Amino acid sequence: MALDAKIPQGEMDKKWNDYKGHVKLVNPANKRKLEVIVVGTGLAGASAAASLGELGYKVKAFCFQDSPRRAHSIAAQGGINAAKNYQNDGDSVFRLFYDTVKGGDYRAREANVHRLAEVSTAIIDQCVAQGVPFAREYGGLLSNRSFGGTQVQRTFYAAGQTGQQLLLGAYSALERQVALGNVTMYARHEMLDVVTIEGKARGIIARDLTTGKLERHFGHAVLLCTGGYGNVFYLSTNAMGSNVTAAWKAHKKGAYFGNPCFTQIHPTCIPVSGDHQSKLTLMSESLRNDGRIWVPKQKGDNRKPADIPETERDYYLERRYPAFGNLVPRDVASRAAKERCDEGYGVGTTKMAVYLDFKDAIMRYGKIEAGKAGILNSTDQEIFKLGKQVVEEKYGNLFEMYEKITGENPYEMAMRIYPAVHYTMGGLWVDYELQTTVPGLYALGEANFSDHGANRLGASALMQGLADGYFVIPYTLGNYLADDIRTTSISTDHPAFVETEKQVSDRIDRLMNIKGKQTVESFHKRLGKIMWDNCGMARNAEGLKQSIQQIQQLKAEFWSDVRIPGEANEFNTELDKAGRVADFIELGELMCIDALNRNESCGGHFREESQTEDGEAKRDDEQYSYVSAWELKGEGNWELHKEALNFEIVKPTQRSYK
Amino acid sequence: MEHYLMNLTLKVWRQKNNQAKGKLETYQVKDISSEMSFLEMFDVLNEQLIVEGKEPIAFDHDCREGICGMCSMYINGQAHGPWQQNTTCQLHMRAFKDGDTIVVEPWRSGAFPVVKDLVVDRSSFDRIIQAGGFISVNTGNAVDANAMPIDKKDADNAFMAAACIGCGACVATCKNGSAMLFVGAKVSQLALLPQGAPERESRVLNMVAQMDKEGFGNCTNTYACEAECPKGISVANIARLNSEFLLAGLSTEEK
Repeated sequence: MALDAKIPQGEMDKKWNDYKGHVKLVNPANKRKLEVIVVGTGLAGASAAASLGELGYKVKAFCFQDSPRRAHSIAAQGGINAAKNYQNDGDSVFRLFYDTVKGGDYRAREANVHRLAEVSTAIIDQCVAQGVPFAREYGGLLSNRSFGGTQVQRTFYAAGQTGQQLLLGAYSALERQVALGNVTMYARHEMLDVVTIEGKARGIIARDLTTGKLERHFGHAVLLCTGGYGNVFYLSTNAMGSNVTAAWKAHKKGAYFGNPCFTQIHPTCIPVSGDHQSKLTLMSESLRNDGRIWVPKQKGDNRKPADIPETERDYYLERRYPAFGNLVPRDVASRAAKERCDEGYGVGTTKMAVYLDFKDAIMRYGKIEAGKAGILNSTDQEIFKLGKQVVEEKYGNLFEMYEKITGENPYEMAMRIYPAVHYTMGGLWVDYELQTTVPGLYALGEANFSDHGANRLGASALMQGLADGYFVIPYTLGNYLADDIRTTSISTDHPAFVETEKQVSDRIDRLMNIKGKQTVESFHKRLGKIMWDNCGMARNAEGLKQSIQQIQQLKAEFWSDVRIPGEANEFNTELDKAGRVADFIELGELMCIDALNRNESCGGHFREESQTEDGEAKRDDEQYSYVSAWELKGEGNWELHKEALNFEIVKPTQRSYK
Repeated sequence: MEHYLMNLTLKVWRQKNNQAKGKLETYQVKDISSEMSFLEMFDVLNEQLIVEGKEPIAFDHDCREGICGMCSMYINGQAHGPWQQNTTCQLHMRAFKDGDTIVVEPWRSGAFPVVKDLVVDRSSFDRIIQAGGFISVNTGNAVDANAMPIDKKDADNAFMAAACIGCGACVATCKNGSAMLFVGAKVSQLALLPQGAPERESRVLNMVAQMDKEGFGNCTNTYACEAECPKGISVANIARLNSEFLLAGLSTEEK
């Protein structure tokens, strides 16, 4: 099948308006008859379900957690971008568009990114109207801060809990629609397959995680808003339950998977402390506004950070990238940290960490505060105290979190940080309308591949999730459903539902009957290690080929020796996890295949065979300026389709943050 | 920070399902690192149980960074354990020492029935939000975000109330099983903001009515909820809830 991204004709800044002006509409009486399934209730899912409910569609929403409010969007810390230009610092829709395409290392689709930048401003309006308590200045107007990879202040935030506040806004809109009867909510339910009839998505098979019972649900269309797959690495900043299962089942039903190897390794996370580690915790990128990153100039320097004098510190980001300094994009910051640690300059017990130091910022703010208060001749201690209050107001909750986890006080002692898997730019391939290659099956938010190319800029994930849910899907879905108004609800006794449910139930039986010796967790850990070692920040062909073999072996071992206690017809978290890990194993293989195919260093990924003389990443536009869209042809067998990327506006150049 | 290993005795509530009778079971765990989180210690125990051919302990958890509100263990008689302003997932084992016995129970409240082991059903909280915990603004209705300046103090207070993670520790802690802190936090957030004004009265009345319907108890001002709240939500929000409720009651009667 040839890929058609369905990008509207016309000039870049008119495409979306033109599209909206000519898109097919569904009249209110017909909307009431059309059913839509939304899987996942994070920013994309909750906003989509609420908005579609408001429009009058009959919506069914699903989440695996005990409440839609738990979705992992809630953990996003730093902020959300919008081209409001409230700071009068030269921002515009064009700049946000430009920064995002460039930040994505020229592997995103321009038309999608432009639309994202256009609707960004309406998101902030909508959220404020819902009562989202963004940070404000004393004049009562909204506050902004800057984020990595940009030179303007366009990030809106609510302390270090922006994701929580945005999600609770979308959640409250969703619950309002539940109360109005427009949305039916199915919590503690997991989607285990898509049902297709005559080539169109017509429903899902879901498992009630409390009773273990399988359920059939019909929908005229199915929206997957199921987040990213960072947990394929076992350790990541994702929630424990975050998984690829819904997207993977869609892939198995014909949806192409786009750029699976594009993973974001976030530079500022709390380092791993030992083998017991179950997840990693992010320290918001916003900390790089005020924190300075450094390592000792001397290898293996074991002194406490405060005892290492200024002259013996290497502020390597400021040294290598003077124009952006500590605010280089995430991929650049992560690779630079890895480089220093690999060279032996790392700190802490594991030596796989660098310092993020707030001493200078505290003193700088302290002096400003002392000045404001007219305190002359204040001591360093007094200045520190005043400055600490400012830093506390900005990042207090993050500092507390750091202290709880590490037992160290970051006001007194420099934080230790190291990169960790955080976000997946890859995902289900979608066209401009967010439709996958299966008609009627859509993917929104992190679950799709579309807007961030090979590297996502900070504060863009929240923006994309809400853009897709609030402002894109209400239009594009109507364009599809307008042709479907004559389709009456299909009975879930239809053979396609019966057949799909049987496949799901057979797979569960197969899993339960293995009765092997090894735990699900142990397989997940092994998969994670293979992926991190060979398909993480740095890759090479040799390692990737090896890891493909290792994953195939792991898969065979899993299906012959995994142990799942309990029964299928009850609350059984090990069974839930087993299904997810089985899908991660298959995805892991595809990620390595994709990474092997992409013989260029691009965005977050350093392909060792493709570097400049001074060791910087080297992109290869001539050969790889395309989206890899993988079609599953059979077990372990994929065909690559390429969507060529044409850059009309932002002409690709080698990125420089020097 | 100096790390150490410890052996512990755990007494954990086991209950097959909502209908079954539950009881405390005793388990031993060895060589637990002080650097582990409390839930990582549970991971170790569960792996051990699976290898022994036993059923692992079911417990709710997801983000493991203290924000999703899913984890919910009653540890040695305290919701989320011994640390102040902390969730179970952020509790670390350095809070304990070698040889300790730790008792772990689910949230205890009639309005939060047990699903299995340490997992409870908190959907009553969702239904309270459905009753009025929102501002009725459809997508696309909004005016420019800076069209309405909001006093920074009000915005900050609204944010502090909105920081509630909906975990239910307040209910589990309260001797009356009251949800007033949870409801008060949401009512306060929206009452402090001008956007919330049009529905101010109906919101508080409807949310309180739903809260009563779900079987939550009343507040008798012991402040235990505030003491155990992982996000430090203030009981001032309960005072505001009471005042909003009273005012709404008076003015609706007039209408």
